[in-house]
Amino acid sequence: MSTRRLVLQVLSVAALLPRPAQANRAQLEQAILAFTQGERPRSGGVRLDIAPLIENGNAVPVTLSTTEPVQTLALFNELNPQREVLQARLVPTAGGTRLSTRIRLATSQQLVALARGQDGSWWSHRVDVVVTLAACIEGG
Amino acid sequence: MAITRITLPASARRGETIEVQWLIAHPMETGHRSDDQGRLLPRDIITRFECRYLEQIVLAMDLFPAIAANPYCAFTLMAERSGELVFIWAGDHGFEQREVRTLVVTE
Repeated sequence: MSTRRLVLQVLSVAALLPRPAQANRAQLEQAILAFTQGERPRSGGVRLDIAPLIENGNAVPVTLSTTEPVQTLALFNELNPQREVLQARLVPTAGGTRLSTRIRLATSQQLVALARGQDGSWWSHRVDVVVTLAACIEGG
Repeated sequence: MAITRITLPASARRGETIEVQWLIAHPMETGHRSDDQGRLLPRDIITRFECRYLEQIVLAMDLFPAIAANPYCAFTLMAERSGELVFIWAGDHGFEQREVRTLVVTE
């Protein structure tokens, strides 16, 4: 195989890779690391409850909960115009905490719940959701 | 003044975890949408909520445009003793609202 053909093949394969999706995922990870001041959250320790299939993205019920005392809860998203959804500081209580609200989702995407334990450790729970009718966040 | 609805249990036992719920009428305009002339609608959201109980901030929350219109929130709280619960919302264009409720705690 000629070098030229090899280069062309590599380029064509590279063009098929989902680059924008990767860029968005990278932005999401950056926003999370900015919030945790560089610490990578471990999986577990917090639970994000949301319907996996959402018919209307204008008001989607979400619940963040923990079974251990936490000082911070936060929610991030991948594909809305802004990565942040909510950030809460609370008094740690024995038996954990629960916080519910309703959010907008522009499209199918990944959501990340974060919690910070009393010892300062960061925890996360990632959930992928499918949105059939998007919230009118941009345009129109 | 925005219409608010706050739900608390009628009374709680000391040490019990209760759920507090609030709802506030607000458009939560994202700042990312345009009107039919193509002009960007300025952002108009509630950016901050605080709940104080027994002179202590028990929940301080930053809200972003991804919070749905007419924000709703439910959160857990440990009942210690009877006292005031103060709810404060603040947002764009000087939005500010304060509500006070009394939590009755029995032994």
